[in-house]
Amino acid sequence: MAERCAVIGVGQTHHKSKRDDVSIAGLVREAAKMALADADLTWSDIDAVVIGKAPDMFEGNMMPEIYLAPALGAVGKPMFRVHTAGSVGGSTALVAAHLISSGIHKRVLTVAYEKQSDSDAMWALSVPQPFAAPLLAGAGGYFAPHIRAYMRRSGAPEYIGRMVAVKDRKNAMRNPYAHLHLPDIDMKMVEDSMMLWDPLRYLEACPSSDGAAAMVLSSEDAISGHYPPAWIHGMAMRSEPTMFAGRDQINPQAGRDCSADVYAQAGITNPREQFDCAEVYVPFSWYEPMWLENLGFCDLGDGWKLTEAGATAFDGDIPWNASGGVLSSNPIGASGMLRFLEVAMQVRGQAGEHQVDGAKLALGQAYGGGSQFFAMWVVGSEKP
Amino acid sequence: MADETTAGPVTTLATPIRLDFDFTPGVAQSRFLRGLEQGKFMGQRCPSCGKVYVPSRGSCPTDGVPTTEDVLLSNVGTVTTYCVVNVPFAGQSIEIPYICAQVLLDGANVSFMGLIQEIPADQIRMGMRVEAVWVDESELTPSLASVRYFRPNGETDADYETYKEYL
Amino acid sequence: MSAAERTVRPVSIASFAQSQNVRKDDERNEVEGLMPVIAEVFGNIGITKDDVGFICSGSTDYLIGGPFSFVMALDAVGVWPPKRESHVEMDGAWALYEAWVLLQEGEIDAALVYSFGRSSLGDLNEILTLQMDPYYEAPLWPDIVSLSALQARALIDAGKATEADFAAIASRSRRDALSNPKAQVAKDVSPEVLLQDEYVVAPLRRHALPPITDGAAAIVLAAGDKAREWSDRPVWITGFDHRMETHSLGARDLTSSPSTAKAAEMAGVASGKVDVAEIHAPFAHQEIIVAEALGLDDSVVINPSGGPLAANPLMSAGLIRIGEAAERIRSGKADRAVAHATSGPCLQQNLVCVLEGE
Ligand SMILES: [Zn+2]
Repeated sequence: MAERCAVIGVGQTHHKSKRDDVSIAGLVREAAKMALADADLTWSDIDAVVIGKAPDMFEGNMMPEIYLAPALGAVGKPMFRVHTAGSVGGSTALVAAHLISSGIHKRVLTVAYEKQSDSDAMWALSVPQPFAAPLLAGAGGYFAPHIRAYMRRSGAPEYIGRMVAVKDRKNAMRNPYAHLHLPDIDMKMVEDSMMLWDPLRYLEACPSSDGAAAMVLSSEDAISGHYPPAWIHGMAMRSEPTMFAGRDQINPQAGRDCSADVYAQAGITNPREQFDCAEVYVPFSWYEPMWLENLGFCDLGDGWKLTEAGATAFDGDIPWNASGGVLSSNPIGASGMLRFLEVAMQVRGQAGEHQVDGAKLALGQAYGGGSQFFAMWVVGSEKP
Repeated sequence: MADETTAGPVTTLATPIRLDFDFTPGVAQSRFLRGLEQGKFMGQRCPSCGKVYVPSRGSCPTDGVPTTEDVLLSNVGTVTTYCVVNVPFAGQSIEIPYICAQVLLDGANVSFMGLIQEIPADQIRMGMRVEAVWVDESELTPSLASVRYFRPNGETDADYETYKEYL
Repeated sequence: MSAAERTVRPVSIASFAQSQNVRKDDERNEVEGLMPVIAEVFGNIGITKDDVGFICSGSTDYLIGGPFSFVMALDAVGVWPPKRESHVEMDGAWALYEAWVLLQEGEIDAALVYSFGRSSLGDLNEILTLQMDPYYEAPLWPDIVSLSALQARALIDAGKATEADFAAIASRSRRDALSNPKAQVAKDVSPEVLLQDEYVVAPLRRHALPPITDGAAAIVLAAGDKAREWSDRPVWITGFDHRMETHSLGARDLTSSPSTAKAAEMAGVASGKVDVAEIHAPFAHQEIIVAEALGLDDSVVINPSGGPLAANPLMSAGLIRIGEAAERIRSGKADRAVAHATSGPCLQQNLVCVLEGE
């Protein structure tokens, strides 16, 4: 019953630790104008705008769609604001896509951003609460214990995390928009970097970036643009509670259910074989082997073996994060959309130096909160 | 457009924002906090699945029903997993490096984050048995600040099988 | 595409619940405030969370002063096994829109929508300032009451209303609220008495301002067989649209609401007689602007619940308008109703939902 939907335009900013050359409006417009140009459209061709970002406290601007409406050409149109924690960039794209697959609109502009340098992101993520323990740990302090638990459970050697850190930074050298460009990256450089949250080193963690991503989505009868469309073959979202007795944070059920749903829609039975590449939200290096297992690219406990064998490398059989991923650019609110956008670029053949040869079908994944919110889509060069 | 004939573009505008909020812990969390004031950990049991939450925020997260039955928990628990914090950041009041651990109190079905002291950071282990060290009785308040930290209590480490579902 | 040009899948408001609206609930946290509302919205029609295929909520972090307030609120539902779930940093009326969109595709037949807002925790008037342009306006701290007063002044100067009209709206709202057990401000008081109120910011007197309210609300949407299974008199959404205006107050005619008019046109408000309108006009004068934009005539009963002047839980007040309008139809007091929700300073963004009984 749902209408076909495709990505016909993509745009992203140059991600940096501080984009003090633009305002928030300037940042989102940089990505949106690029997406419109790619789709060969103008603002007036757009029916609705869907915007997403992580907590408003990052910029101190409450419900920013109010302020950004004119900058995004939304005056007189429906405008929508999504917030689902770290997965928000992905969920935002999904909300936009459903406006088309439901038959309500023909062309929707979707934008996600974060201008993290506008405030202290570490503070905004964990505002001290009254009555709480005087124990602050930051985002890494939340995830590092789970990484340790994964290492214990899978028996993975400790150098696996460093391999992911090196691989994604090498990939970023092929992506002119990536925040981190580290030409000399190697295992030793990661090992020598500061231990932040043992077992997590500085270079195994994502940077804090300013940046935005935008896509133009279209119905089948409104296709335009300079590249062939990326057709959406499946979309799914799943959530589970933050904390509950017996919760598996290393291999969350919501992630497994979400991938099962999106694979069923796209006819995927063997993800490693059928996908040509994937962009997966890996903010800390160890999340690559964890998500390899959670997404069913291998058996439980074997994720690290794929990483070790180079399967996920740019020249491997299933490249993960050819763009450099979240480890190379992390404007939080946009990071999920960048995953969705990068796979669209791959199947449209517009990824330039980080183009995976002949990519036809790809998976984009975003997650957020305490590994509890998941958003995924499958895009392909062929019509579903 | 910035006028290049003057001092160049304005790139930063500092706009301090200060907002004050009241904080409401809620009915269930108040009971937990009142427990801390008396130097004890009060958990709550879900009437539907029987799991014990500490602290309870008022509901069982999987069943969506109020947790009603108070359960007095042990002062002793198991480190299920941990990390060692080496990163300095604003608001930190503990000298780095410090151990930030998930502690599963005996009798509870969820772990919570606790500081581990009285052991070098490189000697902490998953499965280590620890006990809460409280502030002096005169300093007890309805706050987690009443728990100074956890420390090894000397018991044999818990078997991985006993806590692997609480990682 | 307007509703008329497209085949719309009929979706019904199957159940509605709201908390008692109060000035300050300092006993319960967000989860505890929401749990009974969720239980009631399911209980009304004898279903559980397992009967809904999607959950969507609306709230804002700035009310509680900490990030991710929606995350913990999910514990009031118990999303286990994992659920298809999403959140908008908007009034729950927009969360309802997202769920309605998903139901259009036909894959799922029921959704839970909820919202919560505790306006009492901070200084709401200051907090809402942070919605303004962060470079040119917010640093000046223009508060929302003053901005609304500018709009009221423009309305008076345009000859479209008088202060007595504002008092009449407030008087009617408070009197109607006497029959709404969930209302916060309910009283039989004449416009003449209200006109003796002090100005808060001229020309707005105390009665023209909404109360500060803590509250939560929830709706179950149902399509297909479930709509009939769960209700003897299904209330159908027959039109649904929302529109944005520019942020710059100086570029807007504050005495009119073109975004409401556009949304009303797209939702097909004019294609039938409107019996009841629930209008989310937090300030009394805004009701006049919205009613005109909706094209309502004098026969339409406006805000029989008492409206936002009787209870205005931020982030829920729009969703409550849709719920209250649906209840009027379900109870047989109306056959066709319009519900409206707003966001942003001076009615910047507006949503219109048309509801019809059978
Ligand atoms: Zn339970």
